[in-house]
Amino acid sequence: MREAFGRALVALGEQNERVIVLDGDVCGSTKAVYFKERFPNRFVQAGIAEQNMVGVAAGLAATGLLPYVTTFAVFATKRACEQISVAVAHANTNVRICGGYSGLSSGKAGATHQAIEDIAIMRAMPNMAVFAPGDDAELAQVMEASLTFPGPLYVRVGRNEVPAIFDRCHRFRPGEVYCLRQGGDVALIGTGGSTFVVLEAAELLAAEGIDAAVLHAPSLKPLEAEEIVAAVSATERVITVEDHNVIGGLGDAVASVLAQAHVHARLVKLGMQDTFGESGLEHELREVYGLSPRAVARVGAALCAARGAGMTGAWQI
Amino acid sequence: MTAREGVSGRAVVGVEPESPDTTATTEWKQALSDIAREVRYRALEMIHWAGAGHPGGSLSVIDILVHLYFRAMNVRPETPQWDARDRLILGKGHATAALYAVLSRRGYMHDHVLHQYGEVRGPLQCHPDMHKTPGVDFSTGSLGQALSVAAGMTLAGCLRAARFHVYAVLGDGEMQEGQVWEAMRFTAERSLSRLICIVDYNGYQQSRATPEALPLERLAKQVEAFGWEVAVINGHNFEELEEGIAWARRTKDQPRCIIARTVKGKGVSFMEGDLSWHVRHPTHAELMVARQELLGQRH
Repeated sequence: MREAFGRALVALGEQNERVIVLDGDVCGSTKAVYFKERFPNRFVQAGIAEQNMVGVAAGLAATGLLPYVTTFAVFATKRACEQISVAVAHANTNVRICGGYSGLSSGKAGATHQAIEDIAIMRAMPNMAVFAPGDDAELAQVMEASLTFPGPLYVRVGRNEVPAIFDRCHRFRPGEVYCLRQGGDVALIGTGGSTFVVLEAAELLAAEGIDAAVLHAPSLKPLEAEEIVAAVSATERVITVEDHNVIGGLGDAVASVLAQAHVHARLVKLGMQDTFGESGLEHELREVYGLSPRAVARVGAALCAARGAGMTGAWQI
Repeated sequence: MTAREGVSGRAVVGVEPESPDTTATTEWKQALSDIAREVRYRALEMIHWAGAGHPGGSLSVIDILVHLYFRAMNVRPETPQWDARDRLILGKGHATAALYAVLSRRGYMHDHVLHQYGEVRGPLQCHPDMHKTPGVDFSTGSLGQALSVAAGMTLAGCLRAARFHVYAVLGDGEMQEGQVWEAMRFTAERSLSRLICIVDYNGYQQSRATPEALPLERLAKQVEAFGWEVAVINGHNFEELEEGIAWARRTKDQPRCIIARTVKGKGVSFMEGDLSWHVRHPTHAELMVARQELLGQRH
């Protein structure tokens, strides 16, 4: 996804001369380097100093430019958390925070480099929008939307290639939840790089005769209720999948939507079960932490098999 | 150039030989001095009404702000968002009583508005909010962030070929924040010379004397080591402020920082040097004594 990200930045730079890209000395990794090569005068190498980088971006935004802060998601959202809260969210400046190597995608770098709290942190900030595109095509559309989106936003960008999900007809709109597959037995909801996992899980379930609906939520904030409520009202079973802590991420956002809409359903939140990650390739980590297609399908099948009162308490992966 | 002490009544140190136009010297200085006394009383009045605010650090920075808004900065109070204006970010955001009293006196808002200091849903937050108060160029409150934002504004000016200056007014305690030093390094690396940093060195933070953490001489050396030029001036002397700011504006490459020696609680005898006035709020009786000291000769 990082290749698409680098290309998207260049496309934005070509469209709008107010676009400035700031980098925290990881542009070779995030691929912001493509922008640096194309627009050296609009590229700011802020160095290994994320707090200052966010402040500088806020100053640029307050003076009529459109800054994109690019670094790893862990450093953007945690090292510079208060700077984002004060100088971006509270000041309501048009800064775009782009968190690369999100979730488990940073792989072997291990726990310190795996952003598994970023959705929770950024969703909690007033004024802040949070987007996690599901594939390269959608990432390009999210970036395109960021040119005109009013106010600050956070984009979660995975490191690794993900299979294409969307064709040219797809249109990203902030807040929208997309139904990728109809199904009446269980609703699977994914976000970011986890949606393709969910689609594969649905295929595995179909082979077992289980009809899974698949929803994709690229916009974690705002998050519209309609599609979620419609799908889950029908299935009464829902599984959320994210490479993020189950506290404060997609699962909690969906739970909140369902509770507020009085939808009665059994919810299983798959994600990091309040634990840090470790070194390993993304697909290995997905196996270990129960976030692979097979693991999701297993939970889906068990959920559908357990009729009524059979399941209580926390779901064991 | 090295930082030297210019506080004991000597001429400003660190200022280059050619000095700015000082015609009608006494008149403008007297005018600023009168404004500053008035603004000091206004600020204390606001803090008294609100039962909130920071008198000590407001009084120490007032001469700096008065000089900037009435003498140095190119601003249009009737058009606060004028794009070509000079900009000011108050890093020590707790000194809003000083900032609002100065902005009001400068014509950004009617002085009736000052009654709403700290009022719920009011326009005057106890830390600056750029979306609520005309003339506030950026929201602050969390110490350490202003210099970075000022660097961003200055960089935007460079990228847009605009010629405005950006003033970052920081507290001396604030210099303990790591982000300040990230911003110092960034500004010097990029030669953002239109950014002028002024440190209100009043010698006290909330719980101790600042020199315990960072003596002025070491602070000056530290700033220089980060690639800036430094001048130390008396922050209550308008002539030294005039020369210091003119010096800071003359650079084309290395950014310049003015360390302004000030007195916490300046202008009110019983507040000067008394650490308790960092956050204490004057009673009506105390306010009246301060009024007599500040405005007595004219009212």
